[in-house]
This record gives sequence, C-alpha cells and structure tokens, in this order.
Amino acid sequence: MAKEFVPAGADLELRGIRKEFPGFTAIENLDLQIPAGEFFALLGPSGCGKTTTLRIIAGLDEPTSGQVMLGGQDVTFTKPHERPVNTVFQSYALFPHMSILENVAFGLRLRKIENPVPKAMDALNLVELGYAAERRPQQLSGGQQQRVALARALVNRPSLLLLDEPLGALDLKLRRQMQIELKAIQMEVGLTFLHVTHDQEEAMDMADTVAVMHKGRIEQMGAPEALYERPKTAFVAKFLGQSNIFVGQSVESSANSLSIEIAGTKISVPKNRAEKQSGKIAIGVRPEKAFFHHQAPAASADLNILGPGEIKDIRFTGVSNQYLIEIPNVGDLIVFAQNVGMSPVAELGQQVWVSFKVEHTFGLADLPAGDED
Amino acid sequence: MAFAAFSSNKPAPNAAPMKSGKIVLALLLPGLLYLAMFFMVPLVSLLITSLESPDPSGAIGQYVYAVDFSSYGNVISRYFPQILRSFGYAFAATLFALVISYPLAYFIGVRLRTRPLVQKLTLTLVIAPFFISFLLRTIAWKQILSDNSPTLEFLRSIHLLGADQYFLGTPFAVIWGLTYNFIPFMTLPLYTSLERLDLRFLEAAGDLYANPAQVFRKITLPLTMPGVISGTLLTFIPITGDYVNASREFLGSSSTSMIGNMVQADFLQNSDYPSASALSAILMGVILILVTVYVRRTGTEDLL
Repeated sequence: MAKEFVPAGADLELRGIRKEFPGFTAIENLDLQIPAGEFFALLGPSGCGKTTTLRIIAGLDEPTSGQVMLGGQDVTFTKPHERPVNTVFQSYALFPHMSILENVAFGLRLRKIENPVPKAMDALNLVELGYAAERRPQQLSGGQQQRVALARALVNRPSLLLLDEPLGALDLKLRRQMQIELKAIQMEVGLTFLHVTHDQEEAMDMADTVAVMHKGRIEQMGAPEALYERPKTAFVAKFLGQSNIFVGQSVESSANSLSIEIAGTKISVPKNRAEKQSGKIAIGVRPEKAFFHHQAPAASADLNILGPGEIKDIRFTGVSNQYLIEIPNVGDLIVFAQNVGMSPVAELGQQVWVSFKVEHTFGLADLPAGDED
Repeated sequence: MAFAAFSSNKPAPNAAPMKSGKIVLALLLPGLLYLAMFFMVPLVSLLITSLESPDPSGAIGQYVYAVDFSSYGNVISRYFPQILRSFGYAFAATLFALVISYPLAYFIGVRLRTRPLVQKLTLTLVIAPFFISFLLRTIAWKQILSDNSPTLEFLRSIHLLGADQYFLGTPFAVIWGLTYNFIPFMTLPLYTSLERLDLRFLEAAGDLYANPAQVFRKITLPLTMPGVISGTLLTFIPITGDYVNASREFLGSSSTSMIGNMVQADFLQNSDYPSASALSAILMGVILILVTVYVRRTGTEDLL
C-alpha cells in the first residue's frame, strides 16, 4: 500500500523559472541543476528571491512560467502533498497540538508507511531527542525544535530536502553545532539537500555547491572555494566575504596579464582570472591576501603595489587585525593581518604601502554599483 | 503578582503586595457585588421557591416554605417531552449553526486576511442583524414562513412543497429560527480562532503529504477547537432556554413548545412557582452536566 518514493536523492532541475507578484518580479528566468545527493546552498540577501524559489520547488507557490523537474519528471503543477519533497521551515511550523513523536510520525502516517511510530522514534534518536518524544513543541528550546523539524522532514526520506534558513533563529554556538550535525546527517542519509540561507559562512561551510542569488537571478554558482577565490561579479565579491575593488580603464595587455591604471598606479590581473578583457574594468583582491609595508616594496612583475597611504582605522577581531588604509586618489583598502606575531604592527595614522600578488587578484565581469558608466 | 497576594497564605514580605492586594480587592468589589446581588441571590431564591409546597388552604398561587422535592418529580413527568425537545432542538440548531458558520468564519478569517477592509466589512455584516431587535427579526421570519407568504407560494408553484404543507408551527420553523438567531454567536468565536490560525502549519502539513481534506481534519480543525467549543457553548446554552422562537406567537405551536415556554406558562399563567423554579433548576443542572462532559471530552486544555 505504501507509496515508495525514489529511495535516494533525485536530481532537481529548474528551467526558466519566473515568478511575478503584483508589482514586482521575485525571480526572473532562473535555471538551476542540482545533482542527486548534493548539498546545495542558495545564498543571497533577504529579498533576492531565494525563499520564493524554495517555495516553488516545494509546491507552495506556482511559477509564472518555467518548469520544475524532479528526478526527470515535471512536477511544476503537482500539489505539495504529492511531491517527494520535504521542507524544514524557517519557523519550524511544528504542530502545537501534537507531541514531538506525533509530529515526526505525521508524514509517515499520511503515506500509510508501516510502523510509523518506531520509525519516527529512530528519526528522533538520530537528532538526539528521543527522550523528548512525548513533549509538546512549546516545551522545547529553539534548537531542539529545529532538530525536531529536521527529523520530521528526514524521516520521510524525501528525494529532496529543502531547508529554509532553519538555523537563522539559533545563537552562534548552537548554529555551529547544528551545522556540523546537519552536514553529518546529510552524508549519512545521502539525500539531496537544498539549503537556502543569507549566511555566507554557513553556505560555504556546509555546501558542496553554492549559488549566489541576487535580484531574482543567480549571479554565480560553484564550489565554495572557487566562488571565494574567483568571484565573477562585484556583488559576489562583496557578498561572499570582503573585497577590495579597483575600477579603471584597461591600459596594457600582455600575453598573460592585463592592467588598469588608477592615479598613475598600475594594477594587474592574470588574463585567465579576468572576466572582461578591455574597457573599464574592476579588479579585486581579498583583504587577507593584501599586505602592508612600512617602506615601499621593491617593484616586481608579479606584485601590485599601492601607496603610500595612511592607516585610518584598526579593528581588533581576535584572530586578526583589520586595517583600513586610505590611499590618495585610489580609495580605501582593507587589509587583514593575522595576529600570529609575524605581520608588521602598525598604528593609526602611520604611512604604509600595500602590496598583493597579481595571481591573487580577480577581474570582474561588471562594475560595482556607483561605478557603472 | 497581584493575584499572588490573594493565593498566598504567607504574610506579605513587604508593604507593596499588601497595597496592591487592596487595590485588586477594590477593583473586584463592584463585580463581586453585582454577581452576589443579581446571580447568587436570585439563584438561592429560585432554589428555595422550587422546594415550596402548596398552601394548606388550597388557595391558587399561594405557597409556603418547605423542603418539598415533589415539584421536581412532577415537572419531569409532566414536561418530559418538552425537556427532550429543548435539547433536541438545541442540538440540531447548534449543529446547523456550526455547519453554516465554520465556512463563513474561515472565509472571513483566513481568505480575507489579505484584504483587511473587506474583512472588517464582512464581519460587520455578520453582526448587522443585532442592530434590529431579536423579536422583530423573529417576527420577520414569521411573515416569511407564514402559510400564504410569497415564499411558500413560490415553493408550491415549483412543486417543492405540496398544497397542504406548511412551515409555521413545525419543528423545522423553530429550528430554522433558532439557527438564524444564534449564528452570530457561533461565527464570532470561530472567526477569532480562525483569524489567529497560523497558515504556516497548513503549509507544513501539505508539505508532509496531507491532502486538503486531511489538512483540515488533522490541523485546521484541532487548532481552531477553542473557537468551536466556545461557539457551540454560546449557542447551545441559550438555545436550550429560548422561549421566543418556539412560542405560538412566533414560529412555533403547542407541539413545538420547549422548556422556556413551560417555565413561562407555569410562572405567568398557572402561578405554579415551585414547578417553574424546579424546571429552571433542572434545565440549569442538565446544561451544567452536558457542558462539563463536553469540555472534558474535547480536551481543550491542550490548546490553551
């Protein structure tokens, strides 16, 4: 009698999804492929359309146009209760009139799976809440409720598990702990996870693939390392970690590098790391890959040197110091220096030079907001 | 904090709780006095009257103080059909009111959430009948349902009703009137529950494979049970004691009379005060028992 869904995770494919609400377009033309068994994170600021995307995949909203394919089948207009997809909601949405155990057994009972209670109990034990089986959701803490919501979704062995910022309400320590548990569970059960979050650290830490979403479009998608090392747009460069971005006209192009000139200073980027080869270009570097010096460093072909500039602000964050350095006619730069006793120590107002390796720079496809033509 | 001053037997650790205790007492006093004067005193008087026995001289309408339970046995045997009918009608009217009100309250409280203005307007329409007197409204129904009214003529002309069939004076007309008159008392508490219903629970249930009917049965209904219970109590209790709809002057006939009509007749026409009081006491007792069982069975404490 029991309808068995695809036992393992299924591929998810979104084709040309567009969602319009009265007055605005939440998603414009979204294409996305998530292979089975992957932990995929959809990362973006609030209002970028990521939750709408998730709701369309869960079947809670219908796209204005486009298709949702799950395991090769078109489920665009399938009702939520007919989809092999489960969601861990941001609000957890645990049923207040049922015990924890009944909450977890809910999906199993409706699908008429045999032995719903022992299976629900196993799922509760997986999230280490077996002892709370008879309690009501209101009697649990936020972190416990989140684990129950996870168990309630996981117990159904959905082809695809959707996580809608489930860790958002937790405090930092609990969130770290849940991130580790969540990742471990995903590896254990081998399901496809789609995790929607605005927390870039969380996305990079947990996901195999991260897609950065902005204004209803996917800006860039890839492995967390690739996304961090080679952001392709100004938005990704700034949303995923911090970046120093320089905008200038491209002036020189050699066999394998490309330069722009700002206030008489040349900044180079390897050609294979540049999205745009000519015209006005934005070149960026991560603050931890930039260094400052008390004397001007020796010029070298593989080094970009800026300066002199003045230290305007120093922030102590524990593991590192963050320096804000103002370079006349170039702008403000952020430089991170690890507090390991090896970096030079500088004081407010000191004159310094900043250098970073050409190989660490990245050329963006667009220009940061405010620098567009 | 204020209530702690009442519940605690221990002397107050400082002056402040004593002071707030006095304030609470002062604030409660008018209510307590009101309850004592207009509920406790009449109730005791009613119970005393129900135990009186007829004057030995045999004068009609004269009774002496006694502890005589014979009125109770008397009214039960005399008015057994009316007692059964009262609860039967009340049950039916409450059920109809619930069946009509729930979808209405759902529509107003859930569907119209996105349009607050329309929501408030619709809610006003629900209570609009209250702007007209209860008696006038019932008389209006008497006109509509009377034997030669356009309504009946129309029903006869389309052969839904036979030439010798009628509404007025039948249980149908009485239950119709009761249902109509008490629908707002059902709709408002249901609306309050449904308006607060967190729709995310419904989405979550749908996500967990519940079809719309199962979502309603397993989530919506249990979560709005407090509204169902207060709505049914607010209709069932007054309907049981209602004497307007079932009376001959309105929608009923002698064959539809309810407990209220009998109390009225015994008190005002027969001057049989002990019987009227005993009947009232019985009505109150039965309602108390039914309500207690009902509230216990439906287990609302989970939702509070």
